[in-house]
Amino acid sequence: MIDWSGYIGLILEGAWVTVQLTLMGSALAVVVAFAAGLGRVSRFTAVRALATTYIEFFRGTSIFVQLFWVYFVLPFAGITLTPLQAGVLALGLNVGAYGAEVVRGAVKAIGREQREACIALNLSRYQAMRHIILPQALPLMLPTFGNNAIELLKGTAVVSLISLTDMTFQAQVVRAQTGSTLIPFATILVLYFVMAWVISLGMRWLERRVSRGLDGVRV
Amino acid sequence: MEWDWEFVHQIMPTLLEGLQITILATILGAAVAAAVGLVFAILRMVAPRPIARATSFAVEFIRGTPLLVQLYFIFYVLPDIGIRLPALVAGVIGLGIHYGTYAAEVYRAGIENVPRGQWEAAKATNLTARQTWIHVILPQAIPPMIPALANYLIAMFKETPLLSAITVLELMNQAKSIANSNYRYIEPMTLVGVFFLIMSLISVFFLRWLEERYARVDER
Repeated sequence: MIDWSGYIGLILEGAWVTVQLTLMGSALAVVVAFAAGLGRVSRFTAVRALATTYIEFFRGTSIFVQLFWVYFVLPFAGITLTPLQAGVLALGLNVGAYGAEVVRGAVKAIGREQREACIALNLSRYQAMRHIILPQALPLMLPTFGNNAIELLKGTAVVSLISLTDMTFQAQVVRAQTGSTLIPFATILVLYFVMAWVISLGMRWLERRVSRGLDGVRV
Repeated sequence: MEWDWEFVHQIMPTLLEGLQITILATILGAAVAAAVGLVFAILRMVAPRPIARATSFAVEFIRGTPLLVQLYFIFYVLPDIGIRLPALVAGVIGLGIHYGTYAAEVYRAGIENVPRGQWEAAKATNLTARQTWIHVILPQAIPPMIPALANYLIAMFKETPLLSAITVLELMNQAKSIANSNYRYIEPMTLVGVFFLIMSLISVFFLRWLEERYARVDER
C-alpha cells in the first residue's frame, strides 16, 4: 500500500507554484494588455505599429514555443532567467497580447458622443481616457479578461516542460515514483478545475463591483 | 552565439518532416473535434435533463483544465485499463476532445441565433422536422459558424507542440531533439517560432476573408 500523504503534499506544493505563476502572470498580462491595447489606439503611427507587431507575434505562436524560446534562446543573448521568471514572462506576454485586443475592442466600443463630449468639455486626452472612457470600457473587458485568466491558468501546465515544479510536474514525479497514473492526474485535473472555478467566481464579483453606478447608462 | 545558416540548411529536412506530422495532427484533430463537438452540442440541446446537465459539466470540466494534463491522462492512464494507444492517436484524441468542447459552443450559438420566427414559419408551412433542419435552419446556422470554427482550428494548430510532451515526433519535438544532440538551441527554436508565425499569419488573412464571406448573413 502506498502512503499517499507525502505525495499529496508534493502535489499541493506544486499547486502553490501554479497559483503563484497564475497570479504573477496575470499581473504582468494586465499591465502589458493595457499598454499594448492603448498603444493600438494611439495617435502616433510608430506606437501603433509597435503594439500591432507585438500582438501579432505573440498571438501567432503558441505559449509553448515562446516559453522554450525565452528559456533556451535568450541565454545566448546574455539574458539568463530562472524557470519561474521565464514562465511568468512568457505567460504574461502571451496572454497580454490577447488581452490587448480586448482592451482595444472595449475602448473602441465606447460611443463617439462620449469622446465628443470630452472635447466639448475641454478635457485633455489623458483626462478623457482616465475619467470617461476607461471607467465605461472596464466592465466590457472583464468577462473576456476572466476567460483569458483561465487560459493563463491552463497555460501554466506547460511550464512543467522547462522543469519548473508546478502541479503538472509534481504529478509526473508522483507517477514516476509510485507507478500509479490515475490518482495523480485525476487529482490535478480536479485541482485545475477548482482553480478555474475560483477565477470565474472572482471575475463575476469584480464585474458586479465595477459596473456599480453604471446601471441605466447602458444595457 | 552566432546564427549559423549552414546549420539551418542542415536541419531543415528534419524540421519539415516534423511540420508534416504537425499538420497531420491538426487535420485529424479538427475532424475529431468537429464530430465530438456535434455530439456534445446535440446532447446539451435535446437529451433528457440529467444527461444534458452531465454533458454541460463535462464540457465545463474539459474547458477548465489544461490540454497538456488531458494528454498525459489519455497517454498514461488509459493503458492501465487496457487501452494502449500510439502517441499520435492519443494526441489526436486529446486535441479533438479539448477543441470539441469549443466547437460545441459554436454549434449551439449558431443554431440558437436562428430567429424563432424561422422555426415557427417552418411549422406554419407544414415542413417536417427533417425539412426544417435541412432547408431552413442549417443553411442559416452554418455560415456564421465558419469563421468561429476556423479561429479554433488556428488555435488548435498552435497547440500541437504540446503533443511533443507525449513523444509525438512533430515539429517541436524534432526541434528539441536537434537542439539536444547539437547543443544549439537558437536556430531550431527560432525556426519553429518562425514556422508557426508564418502559418498563422497566412491563416489570419484566410480568416479575415472567411469572415467577410460568411459572417454577416443577413446583410447580404
